[in-house]
Amino acid sequence: MRRYVILFTLLVLFVGVTIWMTAIQQVGMFKMFPPGKVVRETIKHLQIVGAAEAIAIGIGVPVGFIATRRAMRFVSPVLVGIANVGQTVPTLAFIGIAGAVLGMGYRAAVVALFIYAMLPIIRNTYAGINSVDPAVKEAAQGMGMSRAQVTWRVELPLARPVIIAGIRTSTVVNVGTAAVAGMIGAGGLGELIVTGIAVRVTQLTVQGAAPTAALAIILDSLLGEVENVLTPRGLKVMKEKQWQQ
Amino acid sequence: MIRLENVYKTYPDGTEAVKDLNLEISKGEFCVFLGPSGCGKTTSMKMINRLISLTSGKIYVDDKDIMSFNPNELRRNIGYAIQNIGLFPHLTVWENIATVPMLKKWSKQKQLDRAEELLELVGMDPSVFMYRYPSELSGGQQQRVGVARSLGADPDILLMDEPFGAIDPITRSKLQDEFLKIQAKIKKTIAFVTHDIEEAIKMGDKIALMKAGRLVQYDDPATLLTYPKDEFVRNFVGADRVLKGLRLYKAKDVMKEPPVTVKIDEDPARVKKRMEESNTKWSMVTDEKDRFIGWIASDDIKGSKSIKEIYKPPTVTAGPDTPLNEALSMMINSTIGTLAILDEDGKMLGVLSFDIIRDMLGQEESEQQKETKASGEKS
Amino acid sequence: MWQEAWQYFLKNTDKILKWTVQHIYIIIVANVCAVIIGVTVGIFISGKGRERIAEMVIYFASIMMTIPSLALYGILMGILASLSLPSIGFLPVVIALTLYGLLPIIRNTYTAIREVDPDMIEAGRGMGMGETQILLKIKLPLAVPVIMAGMRQAIVMNIGIAAIGSYIGAGGLGQPIFRGIANYRTDLIAVGAVCVSLLAIIVDVVMGRLEWLTTPKGVRIRLRRKS
Ligand SMILES: Nc1ncnc2c1ncn2[C@@H]1O[C@H](COP(=O)(O)OP(=O)(O)O)[C@@H](O)[C@H]1O
Ligand SMILES: [Mg+2]
Repeated sequence: MRRYVILFTLLVLFVGVTIWMTAIQQVGMFKMFPPGKVVRETIKHLQIVGAAEAIAIGIGVPVGFIATRRAMRFVSPVLVGIANVGQTVPTLAFIGIAGAVLGMGYRAAVVALFIYAMLPIIRNTYAGINSVDPAVKEAAQGMGMSRAQVTWRVELPLARPVIIAGIRTSTVVNVGTAAVAGMIGAGGLGELIVTGIAVRVTQLTVQGAAPTAALAIILDSLLGEVENVLTPRGLKVMKEKQWQQ
Repeated sequence: MIRLENVYKTYPDGTEAVKDLNLEISKGEFCVFLGPSGCGKTTSMKMINRLISLTSGKIYVDDKDIMSFNPNELRRNIGYAIQNIGLFPHLTVWENIATVPMLKKWSKQKQLDRAEELLELVGMDPSVFMYRYPSELSGGQQQRVGVARSLGADPDILLMDEPFGAIDPITRSKLQDEFLKIQAKIKKTIAFVTHDIEEAIKMGDKIALMKAGRLVQYDDPATLLTYPKDEFVRNFVGADRVLKGLRLYKAKDVMKEPPVTVKIDEDPARVKKRMEESNTKWSMVTDEKDRFIGWIASDDIKGSKSIKEIYKPPTVTAGPDTPLNEALSMMINSTIGTLAILDEDGKMLGVLSFDIIRDMLGQEESEQQKETKASGEKS
Repeated sequence: MWQEAWQYFLKNTDKILKWTVQHIYIIIVANVCAVIIGVTVGIFISGKGRERIAEMVIYFASIMMTIPSLALYGILMGILASLSLPSIGFLPVVIALTLYGLLPIIRNTYTAIREVDPDMIEAGRGMGMGETQILLKIKLPLAVPVIMAGMRQAIVMNIGIAAIGSYIGAGGLGQPIFRGIANYRTDLIAVGAVCVSLLAIIVDVVMGRLEWLTTPKGVRIRLRRKS
């Protein structure tokens, strides 16, 4: 309950500030961004994040899953190592290199974002599936489940919360990285912030920053809810018990 | 029926886990694979449902080569329970139990009915437990659900790998007793793995004792205890094998008629006389309805005190099915050294004493000596 | 591009060194602040009867974490400007980095202290230790490696965020990247990206080692057995 109060207050604050800044209309010689532009860039921002995230999930989950198969046991430590090191690489470095290699713009942004977003998804999928109790898998196989059934009925449901947690992390990081991508001309809310900083008008910066923050917070809580809904009840009970101990 | 013929298993790393295993488990028989850790019990068992592939040899289930089945089909028709239970944490108790029925595409109602029936069979109240999750159960309850799950689609054959291994001794013993009762009803063909000799003796119709991948002795528990084939078996069953053997007998097999019984309203002086004549120190007292109510010592009968005033209520009593090892330890604990065996209504069936047990063991011993002599003469 | 970057690197080693030093300096200042504040808050909220406050603090900090760095910079600039403080350069970046560093440190301090085996605390009490002694002699030493893990997370993350901070004039290794983007100088972008990535990876490895070294010997053995 109190959580929702905090969440709601912050959202009202950020959205309110956005509206306020838009309402100023003019600071000195600078015009503020019109409401239409703010909305358009917000949608653009979501588009960039959505596209990158969709590709990242589409590739990251299968890759993370395949890495857990026995046949891959010599490859997967390397893969997981790369995913871990990759995550320590700063986002700006990713964006910069992508811009340098692919040319500045939307395409480079989506490529950089999708590669970066894929890392936590691969890692969490791998960790989630590997953390399934071997006894549970053995029992499933011993009772006559086929490989596909073990995967769909046992491994994936049990790993699902961890996989979704990875998707959540990567989405939230992505909102921020997409803002940075505004610097290489990808559009989105980053463009507003960057413009504000470039012309040294803090009001303009805030006009872009506030909705970006709101977007990140909203997506985070939404995906938190999804995680909650898609966590099998039996696992929740298990967690609660562990907490109590 | 399960038959293993010249079965070998060599793991890819070169470990020879099972060597030339030949063994037949008849229909309805409870066969225990026994042996020290690493001797190949689990490997032998898992080859039966093809969780582990054979290196060479044949295994037949109901006279059909297991290799002629689809492995998943084979496993759905063989119950499987393991030490770590492996209940599915994301499914409810009933969904866990109905796993194989679900795989066999039974109707939902049939699955529910079956889960309910099996929960009752393992002594858990369906109205309480059907919709719980495994993490909401105690260790013993999880183990019961594991057993119920292995019975899901009513398979003829059960494979159980140390199914009671991970629980405390008291619960384990209780679960063993209950499972024996269940087995008496359902009469499955069972391959049961344990490293615990006590458990093997208690549960098994037959014991397959293994050592380093080889079958050393395959006999019923009494034979294994009385005629250990070699030094390894002798050591494995332990120096107390005579005591362990007591488990195989029940009180009703060896109890005797009590020499003197006393009615509660009898005249004390006459009782004393009778006891002195038959030279008994303690005799049993029964009430008007012939129910056992306690003991009386001849030394206590003095003056005019009635039997009612001086008899002592029993500290322990046993039933006809109490195993002798338990009966013996009850006797050691009681002051009297004699144990009354009663039926469910408290009526007296007989008595057990140290002398009776010693006599019985003496007979066994001499029979054994006779036989070894006989076989010695033959060879 | 890589060849030119290497040329640039050789010619401008002194500049790159300066940016690296600036970068590290910002990180150190921000993380010292974050540790001081974070550990204090962590200890405070782990006290008895403060579970509610703890949940609030940690939840609030975790929301802060979700705010993108560029957005936080923008918001801080707005706040600082309205307070007539310098709204670009060192100050907003250090404040932002401190805020981002707080969550991992608060959370790890809190959970580490909460998870100390109650038997150990009871044993301490039984031997006549006061609450302060229990905190200093039992809880904190056991919590140090966990707090170190939080710091590691915070610092590695902050290296990346500080790079973005170059854009609002705080210097550091983000500088060549932004210049490169602005002037289509891919060599500059490559130099900056590689240097800042190396810095993050090296610091991650070093901090990992440090985490191990600060683990009390007895606990180390236990961890080894576990893995
Ligand atoms: N997957 C495996 N690969 C290699 N060796 C194995 C494997 N599984 C078991 N073993 C070895 O085979 C032998 C028998 O193992 P197992 O059947 O599990 O013994 P038990 O169940 O009697 O304890 C042991 O020496 C064990 O180390
Ligand atoms: Mg075993």
